[in-house]
Amino acid sequence: MAEIMYWEALRRAHDEEMANDPLVIVMGEDIGVAGGTYKATQGLFDKYGPERVIDTPISENGYTGLGIGASFLGVRPIIEIMSVNFAWLAMDQLFNSAAKVRYMSGGQLQAPVVVRSAGGTAHQLGAQHSARMEKVFMGIAGLRVVTPSNPRQAYGLLKSAVRCNDPVYINEHELMYNLKGEVPDEEYFHPLVGSEVAREGSDVSLFGYNISVHWCLQAAETLSKQFGIEAEVIDLYALSPIDRAGIVSSVRKTHRAVVVEEAEAPVGVGAEVIAIINEECFFELDTAPQRVSAVNVPIPYNHTLEKAAIPNAGDVVERVRRMFGK
Amino acid sequence: MNVADKKRLLREMLFARRFEERCYEAYVERKIGGFLHLYSGEEACAFGVLEAAKPGHDYVVTSYRDHVHAIKAGADPRKVMAELYARETGSSKGRGGSMHIFDVEHRFMGGYALVGGPFPLAAGMAKAVKMKGGDEIVVCFLGDAANNQGTFHESLNMAKLWDLPVLYVCENNLYGIGTRIDRSTAVIDQYKRVSGYNIPSAQEDGQDVEKVYQAAQKAVKHVRSGKGPYFLELMTYRYRGHSMSDSNAYRSKTEERMWSRRDPVIMLRDRLIEAGEITRDDYKNMDTEILDEIENEVIAFAESSPEPRVEELEKYILAENDPWVYGGGR
Repeated sequence: MAEIMYWEALRRAHDEEMANDPLVIVMGEDIGVAGGTYKATQGLFDKYGPERVIDTPISENGYTGLGIGASFLGVRPIIEIMSVNFAWLAMDQLFNSAAKVRYMSGGQLQAPVVVRSAGGTAHQLGAQHSARMEKVFMGIAGLRVVTPSNPRQAYGLLKSAVRCNDPVYINEHELMYNLKGEVPDEEYFHPLVGSEVAREGSDVSLFGYNISVHWCLQAAETLSKQFGIEAEVIDLYALSPIDRAGIVSSVRKTHRAVVVEEAEAPVGVGAEVIAIINEECFFELDTAPQRVSAVNVPIPYNHTLEKAAIPNAGDVVERVRRMFGK
Repeated sequence: MNVADKKRLLREMLFARRFEERCYEAYVERKIGGFLHLYSGEEACAFGVLEAAKPGHDYVVTSYRDHVHAIKAGADPRKVMAELYARETGSSKGRGGSMHIFDVEHRFMGGYALVGGPFPLAAGMAKAVKMKGGDEIVVCFLGDAANNQGTFHESLNMAKLWDLPVLYVCENNLYGIGTRIDRSTAVIDQYKRVSGYNIPSAQEDGQDVEKVYQAAQKAVKHVRSGKGPYFLELMTYRYRGHSMSDSNAYRSKTEERMWSRRDPVIMLRDRLIEAGEITRDDYKNMDTEILDEIENEVIAFAESSPEPRVEELEKYILAENDPWVYGGGR
């Protein structure tokens, strides 16, 4: 099992799926000749040519709609939208066309399109390049939403998303493309549903997804070493449909829950997970579930303010300590 | 177009007119819910263009004013009416409604209710056709007001950039909902707007089905020959309001009378009578037959069909039993 970077895992998945099926295409801004902002499509233009590796104009709604239309006739487009903020422009086609066409055609049409986009707060990118929009996508019936936290998931989720007959939105992170991790040498398809136990623990369940899984893991180490608290970390790589059973199963074990999200709290993953816990296993709880979220503010340019706006592993440790009165 | 074709077209267009007017009645009777956008007055556009294309082979996509396009593309009028009646036997199993008629078997790829939404979808289907190497074209019918959406410009740019086999047909009925074109649009002649994208275009009388047919033949030939997209503007008029909830108060009676003198069905009828190809009685008999067919077959089918079951409310949201959802199909 080789250790490779997140972007390399994505590139490998693109390459294998394009080699497997001539109807798989890649579309997006600068993804062809320029090799891709995140290098996820590097080398593919030379290998598969301009008909299948398509540098698009800067027309997010237009090219996303074009990819969706192509998918009606069996083409499998992987669309890269450079930043989640720009994906807002494509929301019309994603929400109104891709997510609804199966239903409103009574099952006659499907839109097997994959949309990948990088979100998150990175290095002083400012208010219009730092959004975390997964909360919006996960509320859309007919759209699958996944968000890989490591190279193995990035590789396996993309491969399954390409072959799956539903539209899949893959939420990536600006800061994670150079993250290293083990990816199986043999071909591997990751489930688009479920969750993973990233660390076993008995005292509290920390729910994270994408980058916040790493904050949870860091926090769990500190909690164990300094406070003797054993945290279980659940990686919610699938946000829609979300793994209700997995959430409940961990809470039944630990009786305490903290949801950690990089996004602002209102109408977010934390709100959803805590609602599920309340609905499914309220009486299993020893204490009120908590969420660690961003401050509800447009992300500032100033680095100190930027850091203050979003949570980190220290915030998770603090919240858990207070929960235990330590 | 020979005489037999013209006679058939007259029947098809009259059927479409009676179908739409019967929808109007059913809506007033509250048999049809939601929004209902009728095509009466604009028939020559869909019939002239699709007569020149190959319905069932070529892909057709349009807006929410979609019943007639679907029927001309090959959809069973009984299933279209059953959809309006929200029945399980409807073309979209009662889940779509008037604005979302689909008949994928006949390559009618849907009615969409976001103004301008189908522009990129049509370009995408054309991309798929081009990749697969078929000789199909995609015909996208939309109104003039859709051209003020960003998708119009984004899609025309990409369609020409990649020379995709798509024919954009602009049914210019002079109103965007209740706002007259000169109050919403800086350039009235829509065919001129596409010259900035280097796409060939033409404007034609959308009330004369023979003229539409001739203009469409040229357009279809261009697109099918692999030369890329084409834009055809057809000047037309809708008799009814934008939808049934529209009072139509924004148009003058004089204007409405003027357009009714150029009714596409009557124009074709009179031409055939003048040429001695049919008599007034032939036409009346045809009309009676059509009205009977709509009542006894189309409406009867819709009325007697079952509604969808509540147990199946959540069917068709996501693919059923897709092995890749669980990480593999082998």
